[in-house]
Amino acid sequence: MSNSQLTPGVVPGRLPAKAYDANFADVIAPYDRHEAQVASDRCYFCHDAPCITACPTSIDIPLFIRQIATGTPDAAAKTIFAQNILGGMCARVCPTEQLCEEACVREAAEGKPVEIGRLQRFATDGLMAKAKHPFTRAVATGKRVAVVGAGPAGLACAHRMALLGHDVVIYDARPKPGGLNEFGIATYKTTDDFAQREVDWLLKIGGIKIETGKALGGTLSLEGLKSSYDAVFLGIGLGGVNALRSDGEDKANVLDAVDFISDLRQSTNKSQLPIGRDVVVIGGGMTAVDAAVQSKLLGAENVTIVYRRDQAKMSASPYEQGHATSAGVRIICNAMPVAVHGNGTVREVEFAYSQDTDTGLKPSAETFRLRADQVFKAIGQTLDDAPSGLALAGGKIAITAAGRTSLPGIWAGGDCASGGNDLTVTAVAEGRDAAMDIHASLMGAVR
Amino acid sequence: MANLTTDFIGIKSPNPFWLASAPPTDKEYNVRRAFKAGWGGVVWKTLGSEGPPVVNVNGPRYGAIWGADRRLLGLINIELITDRPLDVNLREIKAVKRDYKDRAMIISLMVPCDEQSWKDILLHVEDTEADGVELNFGCPHGMAERGMGGAVGQVPEYIEMITRWCKMHTRMPVIVKLTPNISDIRKPAEAAKRGGADAVSLINTINSITSVNLDSFAPEPMIDGKGTHGGYCGPAVKPIALNMVAEIARSRDTHGLPISGIGGITTWRDAAGFMALGAGNVQVCTAVMTYGFKIVQEMISGLSDYMDGKGMASTAELVGRAVPNVTDWQYLNLNYVTKAQISQTDCIKCGRCYAACEDTSHQAISMSADRVFEVMEDECVACNLCINVCPVDNCITMVEMPKGAVDPRTGTKVGDYANWTTHPNNPSVAAE
Ligand SMILES: Cc1cc2nc3c(=O)[nH]c(=O)nc-3n(C[C@H](O)[C@H](O)[C@H](O)COP(=O)(O)OP(=O)(O)OC[C@H]3O[C@@H](n4cnc5c(N)ncnc54)[C@H](O)[C@@H]3O)c2cc1C
Ligand SMILES: Cc1cc2nc3c(=O)[nH]c(=O)nc-3n(C[C@H](O)[C@H](O)[C@H](O)COP(=O)(O)O)c2cc1C
Ligand code: SF4
Repeated sequence: MSNSQLTPGVVPGRLPAKAYDANFADVIAPYDRHEAQVASDRCYFCHDAPCITACPTSIDIPLFIRQIATGTPDAAAKTIFAQNILGGMCARVCPTEQLCEEACVREAAEGKPVEIGRLQRFATDGLMAKAKHPFTRAVATGKRVAVVGAGPAGLACAHRMALLGHDVVIYDARPKPGGLNEFGIATYKTTDDFAQREVDWLLKIGGIKIETGKALGGTLSLEGLKSSYDAVFLGIGLGGVNALRSDGEDKANVLDAVDFISDLRQSTNKSQLPIGRDVVVIGGGMTAVDAAVQSKLLGAENVTIVYRRDQAKMSASPYEQGHATSAGVRIICNAMPVAVHGNGTVREVEFAYSQDTDTGLKPSAETFRLRADQVFKAIGQTLDDAPSGLALAGGKIAITAAGRTSLPGIWAGGDCASGGNDLTVTAVAEGRDAAMDIHASLMGAVR
Repeated sequence: MANLTTDFIGIKSPNPFWLASAPPTDKEYNVRRAFKAGWGGVVWKTLGSEGPPVVNVNGPRYGAIWGADRRLLGLINIELITDRPLDVNLREIKAVKRDYKDRAMIISLMVPCDEQSWKDILLHVEDTEADGVELNFGCPHGMAERGMGGAVGQVPEYIEMITRWCKMHTRMPVIVKLTPNISDIRKPAEAAKRGGADAVSLINTINSITSVNLDSFAPEPMIDGKGTHGGYCGPAVKPIALNMVAEIARSRDTHGLPISGIGGITTWRDAAGFMALGAGNVQVCTAVMTYGFKIVQEMISGLSDYMDGKGMASTAELVGRAVPNVTDWQYLNLNYVTKAQISQTDCIKCGRCYAACEDTSHQAISMSADRVFEVMEDECVACNLCINVCPVDNCITMVEMPKGAVDPRTGTKVGDYANWTTHPNNPSVAAE
């Protein structure tokens, strides 16, 4: 193939074959032992440490870092997994600059936090490479729990339930487990099929069965699950996406960013993925950044993120934004799409400059156009068709702090549930905590 | 997970990690927090005789030295024994012990050097249901000026005498805590043994001055323009403590005398080292004063992982494991030849090994124009200095030369075990 970055249209193979491997390799290289030693040495072992408070799963960070520093990384990994069974994935995908590392006292002191995420990866990778699963199940309780959704929330809930001695069946609509770990997270954050390896490792606890290709609302009903299980946990994520509501949105090559990313994640040969010469991504979150950066890594010549408000309001962190711009992505703020132009297929997107006022977002009369062979919409996901009968809050399933829904016997957590912040680690925390509440209620404590 | 339960002279504790007699164990509030955090036992802060308690200075009582990144390496204190009334301490000890029957509770004592004083204090502590007493013959400042603590610890005859009194007047196990401020640690240990001690614990703190204030021209910590020597402890004293423990563990006269190891223990590794050198358990002070009680969690997980890895089922299997390998210099194998080797993939080219070897050792490292550092085996005496100064762990390693190989430095073949006692250069060998 002789395509290049300059080839017009949407074509595969814009880059030399070997460029793809380099582009989609680990964006943050794992620590070797020496690096981990030096990094762990910087931890002050703070009292009642702010990093622990900042971690949605409350990992005892100073303890695990001290365990690395004293040469027992496996003990460190156990400290991590005891709170967060997906500590391996979280080490890769957490926006640590907004969580634990932002709270690190050395961030305050020197602007250079202890690199908690990388240390976490060092410890968890080491233990996961060993044959033995670090936890054993409690004696069987005879209780059966159904988990719907094999994403981080569902997996965390299932593991904790299994650990406590219950039998779990996870149902997922997709052909593979993992949720967005498998279909969403940027490729360069979770390389070498890590999402599937992590699921396999997690299942070694025993007592968990995964049934893929089974959807709630399809072959499964909430009523049916309720009658055949002692408890039900819903971790179904956000299946729907917001629409642009601009003229011409239905033109060819105007796509949902999550679908583009999902295809990318499932492809085994990135050089075969078609990508535009000019790509426009609309949105301001992590999904927008991931779609834009990965477009660039596939060989697009010009990639632009267009966000309708001030840059400070982008939900992608400054670190993520920096990652995008250093990959060559251009970020335009304060512009909103008004029309998609092209003859059946997108050729240009027209934007109006916008102003973020107290009374809402106002488009100005002045517009500009960006060339686009492909447009990726990344303006937020929604919970489409929530199971009926469940009370909603803010478009999501309403839950209490313990994960209880409005229906007895049904718990929920992760992206599909109210509250939260649409992060992997929060989904893990909510799944785990719901499991503890389910356990308490199954074992006779009050519900 | 390995079983960390220890039985030290009949005193059981869930793990071998005790807190040493010091501020962390000075009152009920602290000790309860310590037990909650998981410490296996405590030696209560030293009690004195009935009557008005001692007083402490009301200005700084600690000084410290630091390593890079302000890591605390050594702590110096001029604190005395407990300054709280005896009856308050006794009441609190009893209350805590009642709630924590599974933990070790030892009471440290220091009273004037006469039989009646010791008899009286032992009578007082009997009622607390504590598991044992520790005789503080170590405190190097203040109390020593009054003929107690370190002043007793430096005279083996006094140690023996007081230990004997204590064994006579109590049924509790007696641990004798030794001062390192003495030239041969075996002498006080032997005296304690003769007096009937159930165990010795060591080390107490080392006489020291932290630093000098260069504006006021007085030692630190400074009290109103003056300073005094204090007791040094923390990571910096560990090598001194390890040697003293080993000397007692391997000496013919004291071998087998139970030892509670103290001095600079900060991590599970430090603790394991003391135990391998013969300590049945360990005591910690500075590390908790630096990082808080929570570090015991790392000690517990670290020691148990280590023991699991070594297939040790109980701490007894670790205790004393290294003692047979502590020997005198004269028995070291002079035909054991190693050479330093620099891993070029790990080398960061700082040149510290070169400076050390070229300026201060044997000129056995070469440096190329593009900063490649290599060991010249025909010059290397295997002194280990390059490894010690290298900032990268494991970048430089020692490689043993196989038997029969020719050492390029000496031109001789690596032979069988032979030590100084038979070496031709040894004058006493030649004399025979
Ligand atoms: C592109 C992208 C990048 C992201 N990057 C990051 C990042 O770097 N860091 C970070 O912390 N977070 C990131 N996130 C957010 C993070 O992925 C989610 O917050 C997290 O995956 C939520 O977990 P969950 O278990 O609630 O839902 P999901 O991961 O969405 O899993 C839900 C599962 O439920 C299944 N399901 C849905 N409906 C049904 C049904 N009706 N019946 C049966 N099964 C069903 C789905 O197939 C899926 O497997 C990203 C999200 C996206 C979209
Ligand atoms: C502030 C301070 C006070 C101490 N007071 C006592 C004491 O009252 N009795 C005693 O036996 N040892 C006392 N020690 C010595 C410790 O118990 C211990 O032997 C010594 O600090 C060495 O251990 P470390 O290096 O873990 O601190 C004290 C130490 C410190 C730092
Ligand atoms: S630690 Fe600080 S605050 Fe606490 S008593 Fe000592 S000097 Fe005062």
